[in-house]
Formats: sequence, structure tokens, C-alpha cells
Amino acid sequence: MDTLETIKKRFSDRIKNIKIHSDIRIYIEIDKKDLLDFAKFIFNDMDARFITATGVDNLDSMEVLYHFSIDREDVIVSLRVLLDREDPVIESLTPVVKGALNIEKEMYELLGIKFLNHPELKRFLLTEEYPEGVFPLRKDSQKGKK
Amino acid sequence: MKKVIVPIGPYHPLFEEPEYFALYCDGERVVDVEWIAGYNHRGIEKISESKHWDQITFLVERICGICSTSHPIAYCNAVEDLAKVEIPERAKYIRCIIGELERIHSHLLWVGLAGHFLGYNTVFMWAWKYREPILDIMEMITGNRNHYAMMKIGGVRRDIDDAYIPIIRKILEDLKPKLNMLTNAVLDDPVLAARLKGVGVLTNKDIKEFGALGPVARASGLDIDVRRDSPHSAYGLVEWKVITQNEGDVFARAVVRLLECFESMKIIEQCLDNLKGKKGEISIDVRNIPPGEGIGHYEAPRGECFHYVRSDGTGSPLRHKIRAPSFNNIPTFKASCIGETISDVTIILAGVDPCYCCTERAIVAYDVNTQKKILDGSDFIRLSQEKTRKIEKEIGVAPSRWEEKNWERDN
Amino acid sequence: MVLSLRKKALKKSLFVFHLSTGSCNNCDIEILDCLTPRFDIERFGITLAGSVKHADVLLVTGIGTLKNIERVKKLYQQMPKPGFVVAIGSCACTGGMFRDGYTMAGPLDKIIPVDVYIPGCPPKPEAMIAGIVKLLNSIK
Repeated sequence: MDTLETIKKRFSDRIKNIKIHSDIRIYIEIDKKDLLDFAKFIFNDMDARFITATGVDNLDSMEVLYHFSIDREDVIVSLRVLLDREDPVIESLTPVVKGALNIEKEMYELLGIKFLNHPELKRFLLTEEYPEGVFPLRKDSQKGKK
Repeated sequence: MKKVIVPIGPYHPLFEEPEYFALYCDGERVVDVEWIAGYNHRGIEKISESKHWDQITFLVERICGICSTSHPIAYCNAVEDLAKVEIPERAKYIRCIIGELERIHSHLLWVGLAGHFLGYNTVFMWAWKYREPILDIMEMITGNRNHYAMMKIGGVRRDIDDAYIPIIRKILEDLKPKLNMLTNAVLDDPVLAARLKGVGVLTNKDIKEFGALGPVARASGLDIDVRRDSPHSAYGLVEWKVITQNEGDVFARAVVRLLECFESMKIIEQCLDNLKGKKGEISIDVRNIPPGEGIGHYEAPRGECFHYVRSDGTGSPLRHKIRAPSFNNIPTFKASCIGETISDVTIILAGVDPCYCCTERAIVAYDVNTQKKILDGSDFIRLSQEKTRKIEKEIGVAPSRWEEKNWERDN
Repeated sequence: MVLSLRKKALKKSLFVFHLSTGSCNNCDIEILDCLTPRFDIERFGITLAGSVKHADVLLVTGIGTLKNIERVKKLYQQMPKPGFVVAIGSCACTGGMFRDGYTMAGPLDKIIPVDVYIPGCPPKPEAMIAGIVKLLNSIK
């Protein structure tokens, strides 16, 4: 578990929780203010690949998972950040990882998460039928449920 | 000679059509590119939350028509990761066979379309003709030419009968010389070299920044392949190698795709050896999905397919996240198209091999100085084909040379 | 008199325009497959038109997402009449498994009138050819 040890050594006091699902799947919960530091370390210093990010509506909170892959060790590290559900705001990862641009736009549009300092935060998937403020992927949105 | 109106669709040029790629040009050069998406957005992640775990395998197949088995395998990997389930060995070999057959016909499809964009319509017809026997194999063992419905959580749904194995082997044997012909023709052709080398270059740095995947990344020297890095199914049990090139241009991407077809055939043959004459379970029973989260990924023909599932112990997922490879690959045109000429744009965009369902490639160009629309979809394809003819003239090669050479070889 | 001449010409040589309104593109690939040497629908006089203004038949795939409605209606209006609309694939016929989606605006016959339904996921090229032949036989 080299990957986990390296991260623990660097950020020992800033990790809120670690879940080791298996040898190859690690979930690290962190505070949202530490996201960019963790991401810079994992993406640049550990030479990981940014896979994608997942937004989850937990009804009592909004969660964002950032998935990184360390290909040479076959490990996927997911950074978990919990946000306030009424006003989910977080720093954008795009200045660190260019590839996060479009997935953050999608999370903004479908879940309503605001990303600060994102270069082009605007709608690109939905049409005017969905007024601003309606987020189809939220649990309390009725669109799409049978 | 009868004139054929060449099929353009799924890249159909529509007049007055909402643009999908808006190019801003200064004269002949592209200055900026904007991607406008959402035309194929069907809300699959939301639909997933109201379907049962087993139904979702059929739902995710239809995310993309050509990576049809990649998404079910990635999804099943995710749920098997969540439930900590190991599938039986026979199922691993069958998953590999279906995945690799799909890779071959997907790459042949790409070769045909790339040929069409460059003006070699014979390549289009022949590559798609060579695809047909692979689709026949699929129909024979799964029942459908596309959307095979072979995967389930815990294994596969149908077995491959011993009687089919010699037929599959024969079809692949017959395909090998044709693939050889296509590969050598691409590698030897001076016009293709002049047309594609140095065009649409993506450096190692670009690949890392955008998180590009699949043949696009491997053509720029990045040695990543989920099949080798994270072996699931039978990829760790058979011998094969990852193909990389270093130049990062469209030519390198074509070479990677063509050579990968041969590796796929190697994998299929070894898997068939391990199936013939043996018996075994093809799936294990997975009754309940416990609460938790799981991640699965798979190397689709275009790159890594990623699925994340979260369960609360009920019959449907709480959250199902899907990321198709083209979502990461398409934005790389910001790096590869800027600075190139308009006539190369179609082949650079084609070089990324977007999964069409992620985008429909109608392109519109605006002049950056006047903001007026100057070209649309069909113009780009025409310009691309004209450039090939121009290069042929410069090199001193007659336009029908390619067509003639292959007619002689096959008759 | 002019109309029946047009209809006679229609039966001999069909110009087909293909459009996708939010599909997985499998049906679109199978439509293209019809042109390749194995099925070769050109021998029946059917070719793809580059523009809808030259088309006799509009082949539509996909569920009909909200972003596509205007385009579909515009193209239908531009198609010279008599023209026919063929809905190819389960998605165009009924919406398929995406009918509960939040971007669904179809199925197709809610947006434009449809003459032929060819179900399947995807329909085999043989099924598509059979559907077109039925259409041709029904033109009197």
C-alpha cells in the first residue's frame, strides 16, 4: 500500500477519514479547503492520472468525489469532499487539472454545485425547458423518475 | 461512371444546423475551437437510479452503439468490486473474447471513416465490408450484430459452444491477410504520410493535462492500458502487448489502431484455446448487493470507460456515475486543432475517434475578425478530400493508384 | 398528372436523408451498413442525399431530445412533399428505455408525422430494407 503510505506521510493531520475498500480502491475524506493541496500532490508529485469526478446528492449534504488513478500500481484513489447541501460551493480543480473543466460544468448544471474560479461555468447540456435553479440529478427533482 | 453521393452520416452535413464544433478562423488557420454538446444527452444516470441492478446492464449497453460491450463490462466490474465477487474463469475468457471482437470491428469502422474523410472512398467500403464477418461471429454467438446482452453481474449470460470455435477461428484467419493489406497500405502510402504526419500533434504534456485516453494517449507515447494496468477478465492470463507510438500525430493514431487489431486477434485465439473442450460455470449467483461503493473500469476501443456505483442495500443504485472515454478525449482538440489549417480539421477530429453518441460532428467555422459564418459541415469534408488530391498531384501519384493497386492484389 | 409522375420516379430512385435526434448511433451505423458491399442498397436505386431539400425520405433515429426538436421540425418542413418519414429503431418508435429521461421530448411521432416504423435495437439492415420496400409498395 505504497500509495496510501505516501499520502499519509505527507498529509497526516489533514485526512479526516480513510476507507480501504480493497488493495486497489482507497477513499480518503478531506476538508474542502485542502482539496487543491491534495490534488496537486497526487496529480503532480505522484504522477497520477485524473479519471473524473462524481457528484452525489446525499439529501443532508452534497458530496464530490475526485477519482485519480496511479496506473503503475493499479490503485484508484478517490478524494471525498462533503459540502453544504443548501449552498454547495468549492474551489474549482481546473487550475490544477485542465481535464476537470467539463466535468465541473456538468456537476454545476445537473446538481447545482458552484465551482469558484472556474474559467467557463455555464450550461451546456440542458435547454431552456429547465429554468435556472432546477437540477435534474438531485434526489428531490422529479424529472426522470418513474 | 456513376457518381455516388457519399454517405456522410452520422456526420451528416445539415444546413442551418446547430453547430457542435464552432471553429474560429483567421484566414486558413484555426484560432479557437468551442465544443457545444448536449444533443445526445439522455439522462441515463438518472434513469439508472430507478432501475434494478440487473436491468442496468441492458441500459448502459445503449450509451454507445459501437462501444456496446465496454460499458456493461465496466459496470459489472464496478458492482463486482462493490460486492467483492470474483467471477468464474470461463466467464473471464468469454468476456475477453467479446471485448476484443468489438475492438476489432470498432477500429475497422474508424479506418473506413478516416478513409472517407481523406477522399479514399474505396477504403471506406472495404473496411466496412471486412467488418461484416466479425458482426456475423457476434450474431452467431450472442444473437445480435450489436448490443450483445452478454454480460451480467457475476459473469456472462451465454456460453460459447465448442462447435462455434472452429468457425470463429476460420473467420479470423480469413481476416488476417486483409488487415495486413490495410495496415501495409497505410504504412507505405506516401500520400497518407504527407497528409497525416505532423498533423494534429498532441504532446505528452497535453495528454496528461486533459487526461486523454486510449489510442490517442498511446500514440503520444503514454504507456497506459487498463487491460494491462488493472487486469480483470482474462487479460492477465494471456500473452499480448500494448502498442504505443511516439509522434502523437494522426498518422500515429492510425498505426496504433491498426496494430491493436492484431493484438486483439492474438488474445481471442488464446482465449478460445482455453475454452475448447473444457467445462465450467459461466456465472455465479449474486443475490443481494450490500451497501457500499464500487468502481469499475475497462479499456474500450476509445479509451477507459469508468463506472462508479453506490448502493444502500436496496434493489437500485443510489448513484451511478458513468464516464465515457470520449468525454476526456474530445476536449484535446483545443490543443491539436489550434494553429492547423481548416482542411485538416475533419481528420484531426476523426483521429480522436469520438464515440458518436457523445458528439455529432457537424462543424461550423466563423471568421474571428468579422464573426461571420464562413463554412459549414460539408465544406470541411470537401476541403479535406481536396487537400488529399492536391498532395497526390504534388507527389506525382495518380488519384486512382490506391484503388488500382488493391484491385490487382485481390483479383 | 405531375404528382403521379413524381410518385413514379419515387419508386424507381429514392433519395434518403438521415438524421439522428439523440441516439446511441447504432441504428445510424446500421443505416450506413446498408450502403456497404454486402447489402448495397444502391442497386435498388436508393442513395443518401447530401441535403434534405433533395430528399424523398427522412430516416430518423433517436429518442428526440429537447435540444433537437426545432431542428427536426425545420428539416421536416424543408423536405419537399410528397415525402415520407421513417422512424428507425425502438428509440424513434417509442422512446425505448429512455422514455422516462429528463431530456425526452419524443417519441418521434409527437414531433412530426411518421409513415413507417422499423423497430429493433438496432434493426438489422435486412429489416430496414424490408421496411423501405413495404413503403415503396404502398405508394400507389
